[in-house]
Amino acid sequence: MNKLTSLIQWFDPKRYVVYLGFILIFAFFAITLADDGFLTTRNLSNIVLQTAPATIMAVGFVFVLSAGEIDLSFGSITAVSALSAAVIMQEHSMLAGIAAGLGAGLAIGWFNGVMVAYLRLPSFLVTLATLGLFAGIARSMTNLRSIPVVNDTFTGIFGSGSLFGIPSLILWTLGAVIVGHVIYRESRFGAHVLATGDNANAAQVAGIKVPRIRLAVLMASGFCAGLAGLLYAGRIQAAKYTLGESDLMIVIAAVIVGGTALNGGKGSVVGALVGSLMMGMLNNGLILMGLPVSDQMIVRGLIILIAVAISLRDNTR
Amino acid sequence: MMTGLSAPDESINNNHEPVLKLENIHKSFGGVVAVEDFSLQLKAGEIVALVGDNGAGKSTLIKIVSGVHSPTGGTILLDGEAVTFADASTARSQGIEVVYQDLALADLQPVYMNLFLGREPVYGPLRLLDRKKMMSETQALVEELDVRIPSAKAIIKDLSGGQRQGVAIARATHWATKLILLDEPTAALGVAETAKVEKIIAGLKARNIAILIISHSLDQVFRLSDRICVLRRGVQIGVKDTADTSKNEIVSMITGVN
Ligand SMILES: Nc1ncnc2c1ncn2[C@@H]1O[C@H](COP(=O)(O)OP(=O)(O)OP(=O)(O)O)[C@@H](O)[C@H]1O
Ligand SMILES: [Mg+2]
Repeated sequence: MNKLTSLIQWFDPKRYVVYLGFILIFAFFAITLADDGFLTTRNLSNIVLQTAPATIMAVGFVFVLSAGEIDLSFGSITAVSALSAAVIMQEHSMLAGIAAGLGAGLAIGWFNGVMVAYLRLPSFLVTLATLGLFAGIARSMTNLRSIPVVNDTFTGIFGSGSLFGIPSLILWTLGAVIVGHVIYRESRFGAHVLATGDNANAAQVAGIKVPRIRLAVLMASGFCAGLAGLLYAGRIQAAKYTLGESDLMIVIAAVIVGGTALNGGKGSVVGALVGSLMMGMLNNGLILMGLPVSDQMIVRGLIILIAVAISLRDNTR
Repeated sequence: MMTGLSAPDESINNNHEPVLKLENIHKSFGGVVAVEDFSLQLKAGEIVALVGDNGAGKSTLIKIVSGVHSPTGGTILLDGEAVTFADASTARSQGIEVVYQDLALADLQPVYMNLFLGREPVYGPLRLLDRKKMMSETQALVEELDVRIPSAKAIIKDLSGGQRQGVAIARATHWATKLILLDEPTAALGVAETAKVEKIIAGLKARNIAILIISHSLDQVFRLSDRICVLRRGVQIGVKDTADTSKNEIVSMITGVN
């Protein structure tokens, strides 16, 4: 009986939409772009490196959606965090810069979280407002100027470096996904996040501190966005207010396609990773195809629409 | 579960301090008075039925005892000691379990997660969820209570109304040591399922647990209860020994019409 139901669950095609889509898009580009270098190791590893910040933001976003909330502000958090780290590192040590970057992410996440968890304002509106608020703050922080990051240790750890031959950006991605996955699937906190998003009332009468969960997921999202900011700054060796600006759609799409329910209570960190890689691959392939930017945007938007539609068909309960 | 083996013994119970004692409980939501001046005692192994029309204040009363609402007046005594519950978890830690009218289940989670919601066992230094233990205990429990579900891993939303009710009741019986509050536990159930739930309730009584049950079925109330407490529009009309009253009398107390 047990075996049978788990077998049926195993074959549930909805759970594998993201893997299927991944394989399809990969195969399509592998065939059509065979002569344009899509399949080279260099290009493939580039895809993974480029998606690192988005993947890490996606990990935080899985927690937020699963708890029944949303965070639209993580792109702005990324910019503020990267700029904070870069500005501090001009005068102070690398560690101070890292602390400033991650601290900014946590602080903005806390700000979002307090409004949502304790003032009971809808997270959609709160984070829509802070998206704009912190986009403005990012611009005014340095008067639109970009700040160079020249600390070699920093750019090594968060950008071009590697450990045992594995690029540091891949290590960060793997680390975030593994830690995120274990917390999400194997900890009480993860179970309480899911219960809160599923039925906040049931969670509360079961003794779960629902406001604390809501605060925690928004802080987690802020932290992940902060880390993503450090990775951007490390990779391009500079911080600018535009960092993270264009990630909103891609991250949301990656998470939804990866099997996380829009209304909470259900999701997957590993699915979000695959979704994010799929989005990265799509970007990369469309560029290699030589499409003008406007056409890239249109095709990407359409494909995301199709993928999200398929993923959500029965996922929203 | 500690009291699981002790036999019910009326003569001993009667000498005990009541498990639950409500004194002059009052609750208003803004201007609306939901319950006024309610007093009741519940002894171990005793079943008291709470009856009244829709909106009479029955669910509100249960939520006061479980800590979801705090009363605007009056005292709650557990084993003779006055208590205030900051939230639902405090009442739970005192051995009080509730089956809510809306069941309070997380629909997208498996049965075993719901059974252990908020009390998940963990293992190892990383404090990882002990799914194996949750699943095996769930399996044993549903078998013991004869709740027929496909598996401990089944998702709540895939279950029938009766099966969900079974899960909610199983959860309460698993954790209760002192008192169970049941808010219309058989409202959604068929004849056979209702009989099963009543058997479970009788089993709880045998475990010496105090039971407060809300039901709109007077047949059921007369089958199960030792005493019947009637509420009308938040006012406590009276408490009767089930053996000394009749359905007619209870109906006229509920409706206020003779
Ligand atoms: N959270 C709340 N806020 C405001 N008013 C409430 C709240 N909960 C209950 N009430 C009011 O208190 C009164 C009693 O409601 P309650 O749910 O206790 O009734 P009930 O006896 O359980 O009814 P039913 O048999 O329909 O379940 C109603 O008038 C209801 O509108
Ligand atoms: Mg009710």
